[in-house]
Amino acid sequence: MSELSDATRPAVRRGLKLQWEEAQNAYVLLYPEGQLVLNQSAAEILKRCDGVRTVAEIVADIEGTYSLSGISPDVTAFVRMALEQRWLEERA
Amino acid sequence: MSATPAPPAPKPGLPLWLLLELTYRCPLHCVFCYNPTEFARTGAELATADWIRVLREARALGSVQLGLSGGEPLVREDLEILVAEAHSLGYYINLITSGVGMTEARIAALKVAGLDHIQLSFQDSTRVMNDFLSSTRTFELKEKVAALIRSHGYPMVLNVVLHRLNIDHVGEILDMAERMGAEYVELANTQYYGWAWLNRAQLMPSRAQLERAEEVTQRFRERVGNRMKIYFVVPDYFETRPKPCMNGLGSVFLALAPDGTAMPCHAARMLPGLTLPNVREQSVREIWYDSPAFNRFRGEAWMKEPCRSCPERSKDFGGCRCQAYLLTGDPDNADPVCDLSPHHHLVTEAVARAERAAAAADGTTAAPLVFRDHRVSIPVVVATESAARG
Repeated sequence: MSELSDATRPAVRRGLKLQWEEAQNAYVLLYPEGQLVLNQSAAEILKRCDGVRTVAEIVADIEGTYSLSGISPDVTAFVRMALEQRWLEERA
Repeated sequence: MSATPAPPAPKPGLPLWLLLELTYRCPLHCVFCYNPTEFARTGAELATADWIRVLREARALGSVQLGLSGGEPLVREDLEILVAEAHSLGYYINLITSGVGMTEARIAALKVAGLDHIQLSFQDSTRVMNDFLSSTRTFELKEKVAALIRSHGYPMVLNVVLHRLNIDHVGEILDMAERMGAEYVELANTQYYGWAWLNRAQLMPSRAQLERAEEVTQRFRERVGNRMKIYFVVPDYFETRPKPCMNGLGSVFLALAPDGTAMPCHAARMLPGLTLPNVREQSVREIWYDSPAFNRFRGEAWMKEPCRSCPERSKDFGGCRCQAYLLTGDPDNADPVCDLSPHHHLVTEAVARAERAAAAADGTTAAPLVFRDHRVSIPVVVATESAARG
């Protein structure tokens, strides 16, 4: 795995599925025989991990949508953790 | 008996995890299969329309994680139809297969239908052990299926059931997984239900075998790093606390047998006094919320000591009801895996017998292995204390 940078284009890992679950009133990340129930921050980041947008673009999009600033370190830390946990993978 | 009344059971959770055992038909004869040993006597399989109704009803209740299993689910010719329906309903769909019957045409159709994930199990049995160890026929089949899985963009996920007869070859198994391009490997030690319960004396590894296998696995992990993730599931007979089986029966898991029998655990058919409902007769909602079978082990009122007053009861729910029944004859007892259980000696004695058998190492076993077979129908024999000691 290459070093995570602003240019990294993360994507939900093949075989996993992110979706809104009305019954649970939450976004969930589904994997075989289990699920992660996501808090709002995690969901907002993972929803934007489409293998097209870079980390920098994801940060800018969330900051623009919610009138936030300075979230880049938090988003980067989350993406790094999610790559390590194999929820995300990098797309070439 | 404790005088303290147990608190009322909380409102049940959602049946998040739905497992459909679409068929008990299977081309294999694995000695460790957890399917009921009486499966030859179960009723006819549900029709396509019945399964579709079940999928819709369960999804409406919040089911989202769907396992398609068996038997071998690929023998169902309507598998692609069921996957397409499940996908349109929004399920996450995991196919649990031996790979026997998988072809380019079928995997392409399953992909189009919306199948999310494939878990390829290694259909090891002693009949094919030599094949496997010499990497001939079995490996060629698995390699072919693994290539199909990879070429259709699925992660390559391999599940291998370990037991005394193959656990010493865990290094070769991992090498094989690496050659197949596996990203995830689950090394699952046999759980002793169904056919595996019948064969327990022959399948249980010794502690030394287990420790060697864990060492080999750890060395392999260090070599391959993050390329391959390996889960090593220790057999619970070697533990001192029970597994939180199904997160408590009736809490998240709903399994359906091929004939439509609804079960709070895929082995629950064996439990005495449990009248299991059937989706031919009741809706999934009635079954999940109202049936006595699904309410029987909810909450803590059913528990006996030492579970009833144990601070860990909300963590492990007393362990596995089926294991409590199989070993002690009473499904309300603590899972004897727990060393607080007065029946824990039944587990340690079974392990000790495995040690002796492994030490004998002359290939002889007390009884021949019983291969899973439709032509035989074997009632479950529950070990009474004296019999288990025998």
